[in-house]
Amino acid sequence: MKWISEVWHLYYDGFRQMTLGRTLWVIILVKLFVIFVILKLFFFPDFIKQNANGDEAEFVSKNLIQP
Amino acid sequence: MNLLNIDLAAVDWARAQFALTAIYHWLFVPLTLGLAVVMGIMETLYYRTGKDFWKQTAKYWQRLFGINFAMGIATGLILEFEFGTNWSNYSYLVGDIFGAPLAVEGIVAFFMESTFVAVMFFGWNKVSKGFHLASTWLTGLGATISAWWILVANSWMQYPVGQEFNPETMRNEMTSFADVALSPVAVDKFVHTVLSAWVLGAVFVVGVSSWYILKKRNEEFAQKSLRVGAIFGIIASLMLMASGHHSAFTVAQTQPMKLAAMEALYKGGADQPLTLIAGINPFEQPDYEAQDEAPLKIAVPYALSFLATNDIHGYVPGIRDILDGYTRPDGTQELSLNEKIERGQLAITALAEFRKAKAEGADEATLNSKLSTLNSNIPYFGYGFVKDRSQVVPFIPVCFYAFRIMVGGGCLFVLLFIIMLFPSTRGGKDNTPSRGRWKGVFALACIPISYIVSEAGWLVAEFGRQPWTIQDMLPTWAGVSHLGSGAVMTTFFLFLVLFTALLAVEINIMCKAIKKGPEL
Repeated sequence: MKWISEVWHLYYDGFRQMTLGRTLWVIILVKLFVIFVILKLFFFPDFIKQNANGDEAEFVSKNLIQP
Repeated sequence: MNLLNIDLAAVDWARAQFALTAIYHWLFVPLTLGLAVVMGIMETLYYRTGKDFWKQTAKYWQRLFGINFAMGIATGLILEFEFGTNWSNYSYLVGDIFGAPLAVEGIVAFFMESTFVAVMFFGWNKVSKGFHLASTWLTGLGATISAWWILVANSWMQYPVGQEFNPETMRNEMTSFADVALSPVAVDKFVHTVLSAWVLGAVFVVGVSSWYILKKRNEEFAQKSLRVGAIFGIIASLMLMASGHHSAFTVAQTQPMKLAAMEALYKGGADQPLTLIAGINPFEQPDYEAQDEAPLKIAVPYALSFLATNDIHGYVPGIRDILDGYTRPDGTQELSLNEKIERGQLAITALAEFRKAKAEGADEATLNSKLSTLNSNIPYFGYGFVKDRSQVVPFIPVCFYAFRIMVGGGCLFVLLFIIMLFPSTRGGKDNTPSRGRWKGVFALACIPISYIVSEAGWLVAEFGRQPWTIQDMLPTWAGVSHLGSGAVMTTFFLFLVLFTALLAVEINIMCKAIKKGPEL
């Protein structure tokens, strides 16, 4: 069990002693929020799921092969 | 809703948005891959010598790696969102194949990089020197393996092997993971791309080190970093040249139209020269139907034949040969565009009839007959969407000039590494020519140039395969979602603002870290 404590302290001490890393983490978290919450939810819906009414193969085949 | 209703502006905006996202994403990736090796070398020197100098040097380059790594995280995810929204037909058709390497990439990236990055940054004085060194190298290896899977996915679009089309599910299904993961295009693309990233990393190290020399500060650190960067750069450049030749050979076999566009080769033949430069209007598609060759052409005799076939007398088809059909050196015939269109239309019709017959509960013989027609023409499926010859010719000026920027830039960096390295091995400390101001300025200028050159390589790869989202199987206008152009245009500008802000923040933080310098 000692190794679990060592791993914990590696991360705990590492995060506590960060300087530049704090800024980078803030940027990463803001970026992930923008990507997954704002962009994915509001701007990038799953187009086929929204429009296929459950039959995705038929939807795509109509898109491609109907004259 | 069918292909005739597609808003062509939406296709262009979807392409522009994908290009914008990919270009910005690629601003972060190559420096991560390049610095990964540099910091590994620096820490190896610390491990072997035990000198604190190398430890601080390694920590400095790891800090710059960390900044770039953090800024680049997740920028590639947006490309996957775009598949689902803007390229839904494409995503549905190939999701089963395309998803596998992307999923492996996600798992490998998450577990390997997150584990070893933490040890690399937090583990100084907490883990043994050997374990820390291994973690540093494994961080770089994790990033490189991530790149492998992304490039496998990209390569599959350019050379779709290891799959077969299922007309019932309307999906391409993977038949051989090994064929997908180890296709010759994937191997070439991985090697060439990673090596190019190493060169960019080396240019960055040489440039940043030169800045310290110009500023007359941290000079021992700068001189030694410069040496490491230049030696690494020369080795990577030589390997890059060899891989470039092999890539060109593979492109000639798998995507001859791309090679013809890169070379502005309108009419091909044996004993083809390699064009150094020609007078091609950068903004207008040249008249490849009427001209026999580009005007004001300066070329190296036989070099294109050698590049494309490994034989100075080898046959290289030009754009018109590919459109009209030609006989390959082995005597087999490449179909003309009209024949391919005809067979593509047969495939699309057979697919429609198969699905109709299936829905109506037709007998096995009828279904098999439709399936047989479909399978025998499926390699040309995408040509069924093509209406005229110009649609299958990429925009030549971009391919032509981007190729020359890529190759010319590569040669420029070899020159940079040589002049930064070799004179300094002869001179003493006070007369090292690398202290010359012009060399420092040249090295600094090469940093932005290396990004332009790296992006130019991607322009060659991606413009050159137009109009195909999947080579010969699906043109862009068939793969795109039936969205209005307004929606795609909005997100295009949203990304432009978002990524530009991210880039400005990265440059700002990076410059501050460089100004602060190593803790020596």
